[in-house]
Amino acid sequence: MKYMMLVCADESVELSPEDSAQMGPLTGAWVEEMDRRGIRLDGNELRPVSDATTVAVRDGEVLIADGPFAETKEQIAGYDIIDCADLDEAIEVAAKHPVARFGKIEVRPFWVE
Amino acid sequence: MSPDVGEAVAEAFRQEWGRVVAALIGMTGDWDLAEECAQDAFAQAMKTWPRDGVPRRPGAWLTTVARNRALDRLRRGATETARLREAATLSVPGDPYADGDDSGITDDRLRLIFTCCHPALSLEARVALTLRTLAGLTTAEIARAFMVGEETMAKRLVRAKHKIRDAKIPYRVPPAHLLPDRTAGVLGVLYLLFNEGYSASAGADLVRQGLCAEAIRLARALSQLMPDEPEVLGLLALMFFHDARRAMRVDGAGDLVRLEDQDRSRWDRAEIEEGTRVLDAALRRGRPGAYQVQAAIAACHATAAEAADTDWAEIAALYGELARLVPSPVVQLNRAVAVAMADGPAAGLALVSELGESGALSGYHLLPATRADLLLRLGRRAEAAASFAEALELAATDAERRFLTRRLAEATAPK
Repeated sequence: MKYMMLVCADESVELSPEDSAQMGPLTGAWVEEMDRRGIRLDGNELRPVSDATTVAVRDGEVLIADGPFAETKEQIAGYDIIDCADLDEAIEVAAKHPVARFGKIEVRPFWVE
Repeated sequence: MSPDVGEAVAEAFRQEWGRVVAALIGMTGDWDLAEECAQDAFAQAMKTWPRDGVPRRPGAWLTTVARNRALDRLRRGATETARLREAATLSVPGDPYADGDDSGITDDRLRLIFTCCHPALSLEARVALTLRTLAGLTTAEIARAFMVGEETMAKRLVRAKHKIRDAKIPYRVPPAHLLPDRTAGVLGVLYLLFNEGYSASAGADLVRQGLCAEAIRLARALSQLMPDEPEVLGLLALMFFHDARRAMRVDGAGDLVRLEDQDRSRWDRAEIEEGTRVLDAALRRGRPGAYQVQAAIAACHATAAEAADTDWAEIAALYGELARLVPSPVVQLNRAVAVAMADGPAAGLALVSELGESGALSGYHLLPATRADLLLRLGRRAEAAASFAEALELAATDAERRFLTRRLAEATAPK
């Protein structure tokens, strides 16, 4: 079963220098483990919402806006597509992600017909 | 139908519904199909048992009928060939009970409990799903019990079943590293169910009052499925002790009756004895837990012939143990009450004051109510009256307000 992991964090919260320095290696270790286990199919970090552009089409007109479509405290900072046996495995994988310790991870199953 | 056969079908429904549904979900992976086929099997029993007699093993009979019905339905909907193949290979010919080994079926029921109580489902959904699939309550009954519309409850159940399927919540007993947490989650759902029934007033809907019996039935089944888990037995014992005095906890006017004022001759002796047996069995395992300690406290109350015979020193020690297992200011407050009973109101008041200064219970009416009670016993009437008045401001229900108003009058009445 494929799941999308939306890695969410509050962009305005600054990590301590030590925590910040650890994020790279910790995330690298997580990616390495999940790749080795054949779980992680794809994933990436995203630029902050200040670089986001929202696009909609209404009455044939393309509407473009600067920023995210929803103002929320926590923003999507990255994503991973994972292939797991079931939700329990997906929860285990998400709980191991370093951002889970201060942000939140939304786990959504792929739509399967 | 003779009343005996009618009662046999009703009893089989209470005992076997969850087992039949669990086996069918295990076989087909389809929750709706499982429920429908279980219903069909019970309908079939209503028809044939009066004619042919009650089968020797009603559960096996019902499971076989439901399984055959499921196979029929899957064959007819032959588009789902993959599922049919799967079902056909699983439906080994013969009676799963034939050799007296029903462990496969039992495991299915345990899987069902853990899936219904999975933490990825909302607590409301866990409760509703447990009552529907394991206890066999209808959607209408569950809606009545939780005082929501039937349509709302139907939607809640559909959404939960969809999430189980679409997010692939596993149908299994969790592996060892998840088992303690998940078991605690299951016990939490069963205790919530019990408390919903326990807090129902005497005039409340019978279905709502019946939640206590359902919770006890489910906890008993779980204790048979997980015989090595002393906390399951602890919860079951706790339910027995509370249930034994359920009818006496409110009076005819719906007012709360304090433990010391209850008519102990009308507590249910059989339930207290069963609770004692179950608690002893739990404690023999030598692995204490929060439910076992709470049951031990309830046992102290339930087995005291008169209120004055209550072993408060033991209760105070047990609350100390409970506070260690579950750090909580409410537990500390209960401990203070027990200490006051064991060592005098001054000792209890000292603990209550400490708690008050910590601010952990600000806004909780039982903190000033307890302080007031202890002050009154020390003869400090003016302070007691002020604390009762403070508690009265914070109390949430009419029954509590009526009770506190009476206590306030006691504190202000001329001696």
